[in-house]
Amino acid sequence: MTDATRPNRWRRFSEWDDRPLRLDRFAREDAGRGFSAFASPADPKPGVTVAGGQIASMDGVLAHEFDMIDAFIARHHLDPVVTDEAMAIPSAQLARMLVDMNVPRTELVRLARGLTPAKLADVVGRLNALEIAFAYSKMRARKTPGNQAHVTNAKDDPLQLAADAAIAVAYGFDEIETTMRVARNAWSNALACAVGAAVGRWGVLFQCSSEEAEELRIGMAGFTSYAETVSVYGTEKSFTDGDDTPWSKGFLAAAYASRGIKMRCTSGAGSELLMGFHEAKSLLYLEARCLCLQRGMGVQGTQNGGIDGAPLTATVPGGVRELMAENLIAVWLDLECASGNDAKSSESEIRIGAKILPYLIGGSDLICSGFGSILAYDNSFNPSLFNGEEMEDYLALQRDFEADGGLTPLAEHKALDLRVRAVAAIAAVFDELGLGQPTAAAQASVVVASGSADTQSYSPGEVAAISDAIQARGISVVDVIAALARRGFAPEAENLLNLVKLRLSGDYLQTSAMVRGGRVISAINDPNDYQGPGSGYRLSPARRDEINELRDLLDQDSVLKAEAEQERAETARVTYGVAGAATAGQDRAEVVIGISPAFGLKLFQTTAGHRLSEVLAAMIDAVAARGLRARVVRFHHTADTSFLGLSAARLSGSGIGIGLQAKGTAVIHGADRLPHHNLELFSNAPITRLEHYARLGANAATYALGEAPEPVVVPTHGEAMGARYHARVALIHAIETGLTTEGAPPEEIAVRFLKPRGEGRG
Amino acid sequence: MTGTSDSSERSETMRKVPENHGLTVADYPLAETQGARIAGKRGLPLDQITLEAVMAGQITMADLQITPRALRDQAEIAADAARATLALNFRRAAELVEVPQDLIMGTYELLRPGRAKTRAELTDRAALLRRDYQAHAIADFIDEAAEIYDRRGLFARRY
Repeated sequence: MTDATRPNRWRRFSEWDDRPLRLDRFAREDAGRGFSAFASPADPKPGVTVAGGQIASMDGVLAHEFDMIDAFIARHHLDPVVTDEAMAIPSAQLARMLVDMNVPRTELVRLARGLTPAKLADVVGRLNALEIAFAYSKMRARKTPGNQAHVTNAKDDPLQLAADAAIAVAYGFDEIETTMRVARNAWSNALACAVGAAVGRWGVLFQCSSEEAEELRIGMAGFTSYAETVSVYGTEKSFTDGDDTPWSKGFLAAAYASRGIKMRCTSGAGSELLMGFHEAKSLLYLEARCLCLQRGMGVQGTQNGGIDGAPLTATVPGGVRELMAENLIAVWLDLECASGNDAKSSESEIRIGAKILPYLIGGSDLICSGFGSILAYDNSFNPSLFNGEEMEDYLALQRDFEADGGLTPLAEHKALDLRVRAVAAIAAVFDELGLGQPTAAAQASVVVASGSADTQSYSPGEVAAISDAIQARGISVVDVIAALARRGFAPEAENLLNLVKLRLSGDYLQTSAMVRGGRVISAINDPNDYQGPGSGYRLSPARRDEINELRDLLDQDSVLKAEAEQERAETARVTYGVAGAATAGQDRAEVVIGISPAFGLKLFQTTAGHRLSEVLAAMIDAVAARGLRARVVRFHHTADTSFLGLSAARLSGSGIGIGLQAKGTAVIHGADRLPHHNLELFSNAPITRLEHYARLGANAATYALGEAPEPVVVPTHGEAMGARYHARVALIHAIETGLTTEGAPPEEIAVRFLKPRGEGRG
Repeated sequence: MTGTSDSSERSETMRKVPENHGLTVADYPLAETQGARIAGKRGLPLDQITLEAVMAGQITMADLQITPRALRDQAEIAADAARATLALNFRRAAELVEVPQDLIMGTYELLRPGRAKTRAELTDRAALLRRDYQAHAIADFIDEAAEIYDRRGLFARRY
């Protein structure tokens, strides 16, 4: 190849350029600039000294040199009684204990109270991704997995919030989180979601992410039941730039509990890197500090696993393993873990599917924090890893792995009923409280809308006025409950009241609490007791049935029903007259077409949807066009394509036969060939068109004339034929094989077409 | 799940607990095991907070507010579940139940970096909460913050 003809590029790279993956960027590892997932030269060596019952040094820093994070961890997280014992255990041994099903979770949790951030990071960093996933599953606090939804929309439309909240509840989410496009709209968003989440069942905890002081006020008005946006950071400078300290956040933790509101903190890898104060430390070490802080503060749990920093973390080598590792530290520290899987960390659906899998099969207190139950563009937090668009993909993954991802398929008619009910409920509350009178048209537009682009409802500005009124008039959840009840929404009123009553006992303030079936379950009364196969969380038969019930499931009844719809049209087009026993032909100008037992009798269309009469006609015509004659024979001893074809060839005067199954698979065979060594085969019936059947007929005739035709190639585009068709094919083929009789003789078939050929389908 | 609390924190917390009901994880959830005793801030028990009572205008937000006792009970359960730091948080929370919202938000604001310009501003607030609300654990927590902020230069003006 000369330089002049040398191409400039292998075209495959251009094709790769067009894939969504190439929109993702990948960063080179650079520990000095904070781009290191697990280990940086700047990370301290693990160590602790205790003097007089106090921590005298931690991870290489003397007590008088502690920054505020070290100081808080040393005073509130590290237990001086346990720390010498725990720190003396080699990291490799602790790592093995984490994946040893015979070492109980409680023992590891006890030891964690004496482990420093550097030690925790060193231990989990020794586990590979599979070991981390296993250890996470063993170490998470509550046995039953759960999930959290985002419910927001681009207009802050309260009608849509209510409808979408009801849908999230029906899908089985345990928590709903909302936020606003316009900060002023917080009160309206909170009220609307609270009403929507009361439709159908009670117990879904709800939060409205807003400014700290306002969030607490909304909680005190009874609209929300938990908070999770209390962020902590792993370096002192990041923390103060975040305008807080461990003590200010610790105070907030107590403040939330004092109002009966559940709370978790938020932290995740990459936040310090984004804020510019990473101290050249690894992402995992900084996150270990965050998590020790949280245990020290006495919060019951954490939203952790990158969170807003997940996309950045995923650009670093091992970044996704790091996200799993920090979640493991969280649960090792006995914190409830809302395990991230929220911010969309890739444009690649493959990377997203891979990211969720360990959490799906291992379980988590809240697998996503949260899952965008609305469309991606309506997610006011930014698109989630999974959004409304991908809801059914997630449901399918649950079914594939028989894994409880916290969600349950929702029947189409039920979804519509819930939307109607939720929109009517919020409209009634607005009217009753003098907050507005949404028109019937606005309500109807929201009921059917997939997203806010389809609604003719409130604008963000109109919502602001409603939100201001709720706040100014001091409307509380009690007013909303009464309004619901007065307007005929007693079940919803009762549901909302039950939710607010939770705060009196404080039961849901304990670690990993959620409400299932009207009961609070938490790490106290539903502790993760995994000790190997058969223990820990297992799908109950009833729960398995729920997960399996995706819509449009195939079974033999549905296949036969679809065929029955074709039967009437086909009987009007063709008759298959039995003309006695089929015998070997002597005519060298004939091609025998061997049809299968159910062809045209029980089954009437190919998997591509072509009528069998049209397929047969195309072949007969094509044989005739070459001056030969097609003879049709039905076989009863086999339904296999190869044997149909070979049997047909053996009866054919020319020695060439065609085998044709009802599902459309076809073969050209020769009388002297081995069964599976055919002349041409159409194995992909779903993409085989009538023109292909015609060319197959023509080629069969050409072989019969002793010539060598160009084989017909049915082009594929890489479709997952098996996924699309094999369940139906197997059901159809079972109908064929059910009709076979061993040793049954073939029949001569007189095919008569009743309508002019070439008439359009339909 | 039964275990002992961190000994380092036990001494601090025991001092503050007004009375101990000896609750354990077996008493959880309290709404199920002690439903008749659970009440809101005005003393109305859980089973009297009904939709009918709401409709009759007899329920206010105060009836839906948690009591210090419920928080201390949850602290006992958390401690029995070997979660000493969570238990301590519940005890701090119990002390804040009677503290008005404005004072809570003002104290939170004062704890943010650079808000208090001197160590005394924080220690004075701690003293006030100790004196007026018997919020000893909270006051200790604020005093500790004052000490660390002083050492780390967090009383500097930020804006």
